[in-house]
Parts: sequence; structure tokens; C-alpha cells
Amino acid sequence: MSVVRGYIVPGKPQPLLTPDAAPGYRKLADAFGTVREEIAASDADLIMIYSTKWLSVIGHQIQADPSPTWVHVDHEWHDLGEIPYSFSIDAEYAAAYEAAAKKRGLTARTVAYKGFPIDTGTITALKLLNPENRIPACVVSCNMYADRAETIVLGKAARDAAMQLGKKVVAIAVTQLSNRMVTEFIEPKSDRISSLKDDEWNRKILEFLGNGRLEDVSQLARQFFREANADQRFKAVWWLAALMGQNNDYEGRVLAYEPIWGTGSAVVSLKPVERGATNVEFDEDDVEVYRGDRNVLDR
Amino acid sequence: MSGRIVMGALAPHPPHLVYADNPKQNEPRAEGGWEVLRWGYDALRAKLKKKDYDVIIVHSPHWRTVVGHHFLGVPHFKSLSVDPIFPNLFRFHYDLKVDVPLAEAMCAEAASQGLVTKMMRNPKFRIDYGTVTACHMVNPDWDKPIVGVSANAAYDYFGNDVGDRQMIALGQAARRAVEKLGRRALVISSCSLSHRHFTTEPGVPEDMSYERIYNHNQYLWDMHVVKLLKAGKARELLDEMPDFIDQSVSEARAGSLTFLLSAMGFPTHPAEVHAYGTVIGTGNAVVSWDMEAA
Repeated sequence: MSVVRGYIVPGKPQPLLTPDAAPGYRKLADAFGTVREEIAASDADLIMIYSTKWLSVIGHQIQADPSPTWVHVDHEWHDLGEIPYSFSIDAEYAAAYEAAAKKRGLTARTVAYKGFPIDTGTITALKLLNPENRIPACVVSCNMYADRAETIVLGKAARDAAMQLGKKVVAIAVTQLSNRMVTEFIEPKSDRISSLKDDEWNRKILEFLGNGRLEDVSQLARQFFREANADQRFKAVWWLAALMGQNNDYEGRVLAYEPIWGTGSAVVSLKPVERGATNVEFDEDDVEVYRGDRNVLDR
Repeated sequence: MSGRIVMGALAPHPPHLVYADNPKQNEPRAEGGWEVLRWGYDALRAKLKKKDYDVIIVHSPHWRTVVGHHFLGVPHFKSLSVDPIFPNLFRFHYDLKVDVPLAEAMCAEAASQGLVTKMMRNPKFRIDYGTVTACHMVNPDWDKPIVGVSANAAYDYFGNDVGDRQMIALGQAARRAVEKLGRRALVISSCSLSHRHFTTEPGVPEDMSYERIYNHNQYLWDMHVVKLLKAGKARELLDEMPDFIDQSVSEARAGSLTFLLSAMGFPTHPAEVHAYGTVIGTGNAVVSWDMEAA
């Protein structure tokens, strides 16, 4: 097993549905195209997605319908049109992921129901990155209550399952950076990051990622969330870093960074390399088995 | 022609309640469960049977929007609603009609109040399970048109006070639109009270030996809110709403409860509490206000 590439992509539908409505949307769509070509040129046999747009409450849900098919309309952006989709899901991997997550102490289950509402972020990513369904995919939800330890264990479980099945994985975190949307209707051409502070934090995070320092970003996620209202506490990066091996050994490239309705939206490529940025400082726990939240009030 | 809101109801939407009722539209089958809440809905429906109303206005936390308040604007929807969180419990085939003229009037009234608004005109749009569940539980015959209203995220973006201000304006807009169009409306708030869930589920979801409130703090807040409603102290509840939201992780953060209270003009007559119960740790009450008896 190996993770051949890691990516961070935004989950809003504009790059798919209205790429030419704003120059920034076009740049993001083009960056998706670059990633699509990289994935096609890789020898990956699984695209593994964690999407902040698929929230769960009962543990972690893993998509296992071999061929989910629907016509999706976004609840916010319904005026941008429909997105028909039919994806190829690796149900064998989904089952292995569920088992691996349970083995590490997590609550997890697969879902395979006709008409299950696959989220806009996952749909956008798969439509733009794997349009012919050449590589089977799998998707895991974002538990709304999970914090760092639980999400890291979820990433490790994804790795366990890939190792068990000998998969070559492209790992994709679908997440915004800063996630403050503009709350009024605007002309897309006038889109901008909601605040200078969000913009500065986004750029700092992207500087780290551009240097391949994924684990450092993972360990900065809490502060980034507090300062820049990061998407779902930026937990997608915890998952991504854990799945990819918790290090900074990457060649990082920021392919695009643009606003989508005020949010920080970036396409980032992370290619594993030897000694990318190894000389770094890690300071958080490395959790192997999830044993529940540490409730300080009980101590 | 002068219409009015004839009744308001707090109509929580855990999909468990539909699941436990085993209606033909829902694919999964249950052995029962959550009876007290379902009996509460029985009592609410019995009251509604005696009411002459012609539309249901529903505000749902699970149609979440950030850019403005959205209104269903297509006359007819027919599709399958699958709960993304509890797909094992809720896969419901719905077939519903929308009172588009009333939705448009509400949208226009809200815009005139300075709110950001939008009509939802896409016929492929899938109705959220919060709307479907609440509407089914109050009217399983589906013989009344609805007006579906999204839950704007103003509470999250700006704070509870700002969210409440917007929902007050939205509720007033709904009332004015109902009056102008001469409708006799039932307004429902599709939301729980306290809203911290357990993150595990028993093997048999309706195994009631697992069901209880998530913690005592939530229970105390829920009981406080219920007492205020029974005492006709809707205004006092509004005053305390920001604390209630923060301290009990309340789903009132979606604005549905404030919208309802505002649409009814913050009633001073006692609410009728039909039931209180928990669903996967969250606190839920079925409550109604007969606005013609006030």
C-alpha cells in the first residue's frame, strides 16, 4: 500500500457549475484539471475522500453503494443548476475501512442506500477529478462532534484498510480553508475573501503546505480554526495527515487560491518525497486507538 | 379578504418518529419506539382535525442556507428523501404541493423588511428531511400545501441576538403575507429543544432501554423552556433564547422556534404541551398554540 498523492480541494460547486462566472472560479477549475491529469497519470487504484460537506452524528459513515446515481441540487446554490452523477465506489474497501475503524475504537458504518444524498463537495471533486470513473472511489463523512484524536484515528484506519488490501491511494480532503461566506448576493466577479485576517491566515497555511509541511499544518489546525473560522475546525487536514503518514515529507504545490463567495478555496497538491521537510517540530499526541473523549470534568 | 395564523406548533423532526410510525412512504420498518412523542403528535393531529386551515408554513433547520432566507417556489415536488445522518431510518417517498403565491408573498414581505431572500425555483430540488418529517407528523394525509422556508445561518455567522432579530422579522413577514393573501395557516417550527446527540446507536435503533437525555443540564433547560411556554411567556423565552441556545446546544439556533413565536406575535396565552421526550439524547417537545382560542 502507498499513498501516491494527497490533495486539498474546495467543496463549493462553482468551479464545476459556473467556472467562467469569475476569474477565480476559472483558476480553481483549471487547478482541478491539473489534479485530474496528475491522478490519471498515477497508478492509483483508489480515490479516498473525506468531505466536510458530509456531516454525520452516529460515528463515521462510509459510502459503500457500488454505483450511487442521482441528480443533485445544492441546497444553497440551487439556481446554478443540477448535477447528475453516477460514481464507481469501491465497496470492498469501504467494508475494510469500516472494520479497521471499529478495530481502532471508532463507531463506524457503511451506507449503501438508493438515493443517499451524496454531498456537494464530494460530487464536485469526483466530477472534476475523476469524470470517467476510471478509478474507484470511497468517501467518509465528517462527524460533527469528532475532534483531533478521533479524526486522526479515522485517518489511520483509512491507511490500515488500504494496507490490508494493497491499495495505491489518492487521498483527498474536501474542505474550504477559511469558511466565512459572504451573506449577501454578489456578482461573482467581485468575489473576495471575507476578511483580511482570514486571507492572511489562509496564506500562512498555504505557505506551510507549499513547503510540504502537512503535519505542521495538522498541528496548527486548532489555531487556524479559531483565527480564521476554518471549515469544520479544519479536521479534514487531521484526517489527511494521518492517512498520509503524519510527516512533512512532501513536495507541496499550491495550484490555486481564490475566494468562493468569501471563503478561502485552495487546490493543493502533496506528493510524497524523501526528506521533503523532515526537520520540523511535532508537539501533539500521536493517538493509535480511540478511547473516547478525555473529559476533563471527570478528573 | 383577511387571513390569519390559526395555529402554531413546535413539531420536532427526528426521523426516528416517522420510522417508528411505519408509514407506507418510508422504506425501513420499525418495531415501535419513542411512543410518548408519537402520542403527543396523535394529540396534536386530533386538534388539527378540528381546525379549518389551508396551508402549512414550515421552517426547517435541515434546509440550511447562508446567503439569505430561501422559500420553496415550485408547485409540486415528488421524490425520495434520505436522511444523510440516519439513512437506516429514513428513506421517505414524498409527494407534496407548495402554496407558491404565499411563498412569494412571504419572500417579498421579508425582503421589504431588509432581509436577504431568494425563491427556490429548481424543480429537481430535493426537500430536506426536517421539512418532510415535521409535515408528515402533523399531516400524514399530505392533503395541505406547504410553504417551506430555509434556516439561515445568521446565528452562526453573527451571533444569537442577530439571528433572533432576523427570525423575528421573518416571522412578522410570514404573518403579514398570510393576512394579505387571506390564508388560514398552520405554522410549524421543525426543531428540537436541547440538541446534543449520542454518537452511537443501539443495534436495534428503537430499543428504548438506551433512550435518555444526553445530560441533566439539557433536561433542566428543556423543562424551563416548556414551563415558559405553558405559562404563556413567549417574550421571556425570547429574552433567554441566546442563553438557551448556547447552554443546551439547542436546535433553536437554526431560528425555527423564534420564527414561530414571532409569526404568532409572541403569544401570551398558555401553550398546550402534548409531549416531551428524548431522541438519541436530544430533547423534543410537541407543543401547540390555538391562535383562535387566544
